[in-house]
Amino acid sequence: MSWDYFIELFLGGLTRGSIYALIALGYTMVYGIIELINFAHGEIYMIGAFTALIIASVLSLFGMHQLVVLVLAVVLAVVYACAYGFTVEKIAYKPLRKAPRLSVLISAIGMSLFLQNYVLLAQTSDFLPFPKLIPDFEFWEPYSHIISSQELTIIATTVVVMILLTFLIKFTTIGKAMRATAQDKIMAALVGIDVNHIISITFIVGSATAAIGGVLIASHIGQINFFIGFIAGIKAFVAAVLGGIGSIPGAVLGSLVLGWTESFFTGYISSDYEDVFAFLFLVFILIFRPAGILGRSQTQKV
Amino acid sequence: MLKLKNVQSFYGKIQALKDISLEIQAGEIITLIGANGAGKSTTLMAICGVQPARAGEILFMGKAIHNLSPHAIVGMGIAQVPEGRRIFPYLSVLENLEMGAFLRKDKSRIKQDMDYLLDLFPILAERRHQAGGTLSGGEQQMLAISRALMARPKLLLMDEPSLGLAPLIVKQIFEIIKKINMENQTTIFLVEQNANMALRVAHRGYVMENGRITLTDLAANLLSNEAVKKAYLGL
Repeated sequence: MSWDYFIELFLGGLTRGSIYALIALGYTMVYGIIELINFAHGEIYMIGAFTALIIASVLSLFGMHQLVVLVLAVVLAVVYACAYGFTVEKIAYKPLRKAPRLSVLISAIGMSLFLQNYVLLAQTSDFLPFPKLIPDFEFWEPYSHIISSQELTIIATTVVVMILLTFLIKFTTIGKAMRATAQDKIMAALVGIDVNHIISITFIVGSATAAIGGVLIASHIGQINFFIGFIAGIKAFVAAVLGGIGSIPGAVLGSLVLGWTESFFTGYISSDYEDVFAFLFLVFILIFRPAGILGRSQTQKV
Repeated sequence: MLKLKNVQSFYGKIQALKDISLEIQAGEIITLIGANGAGKSTTLMAICGVQPARAGEILFMGKAIHNLSPHAIVGMGIAQVPEGRRIFPYLSVLENLEMGAFLRKDKSRIKQDMDYLLDLFPILAERRHQAGGTLSGGEQQMLAISRALMARPKLLLMDEPSLGLAPLIVKQIFEIIKKINMENQTTIFLVEQNANMALRVAHRGYVMENGRITLTDLAANLLSNEAVKKAYLGL
């Protein structure tokens, strides 16, 4: 139980938490704006990873530099995943905008199963090896025993994405319109905001961060299959609920808390019960804070 | 400027608006009075495209708007101060005002208008960085009016701006309504339960009952109309 071991677990948890956060953002933003748990969100992440795999495989045939391959794979995965996120919303959710919430939820589950099976048929059910897209940086060599270049890249990317997203939501007109729409859709329409347009943008932004997460984790773990979206999606969903669904800082905090919980419990107690600890912790937090760590309680002022 | 012809609107199977026809000329203050549930708010939401008209026509400056989406209608110059104010509760006062000008592109004029309104309502200037939801009822109403004015509307729809406010503030609100109409030539369509106050500022009025327009006249005549006195003025 040395200090080094603790640091290792801490950084491992931070890496996991970063990935969860990239996915959890999509859940929480979509929930914030249309009060829907978008069960197909994990699949968007999976599609991002598959797109990156295909692009990377093709590009490495031409013997391109690893970093060029990485950037192109990420960019195209993001574009592709955004197109899927946008289309899923238009096909499966928009026609149900005035339907009961349960109908939309079922539509989301249907979309999730559809996308999983579509990738299963189009690709394969086997695990596919994913190339190591993130290089080992030479300048990081002296410190790589503490944290690898891969993990460093994941954490740094997440931080950059969070800063950009915070800037978008807090300071740009589009971001303010997104918040206004989340708070009162009718009033948003009455000041001239095209609500459907804002909902589409929300899905696109959420899909983009999920795709970035998909590529990073696939490169880190080294293999993917059609089912990775389900597991990662559930974990990120838990993180979003833990932090308080609908709250963006909450999603990030919940993800980090979940990442560390998993990392420390597996490190100090047993790795067999990783998921058990994660979900036990969720139950524990929700007993004391039903709206999540940073969630707003649902009291309505009359 | 605005013309409704035989407008019908439904909530599910319940008909809320039955053959509503009315007309508003540029520069007027028109009031629509009536009891709770008569369909006053629905009329405003039909004009804005939020509660679409199922039959009939709505013309704004000669153009049919009843098939347009709400944001397109706002873009043509109609803004609403809705019932219950509907301030964005977690946006700051300044952000609420900015949202009012969402469709405008003239950045420098937007800034001017904002300064003008913050000057007009010093209490809003004082609370500019506070979340809208933390304001008092009267302050929220001022913010809601300011937010609508940020759109520089040709036609301003106001739904019960006096509801739930202290008498002193109600008086202030009605003075502001007059001022907006006089200074900016903004046409105002005012829906009110406070018929007495509304008819005092308005030029003409419509009376609504159970989804129908039952009476229309000059405001002064309505004030002295026996039936109106009895039903809406409590005299």
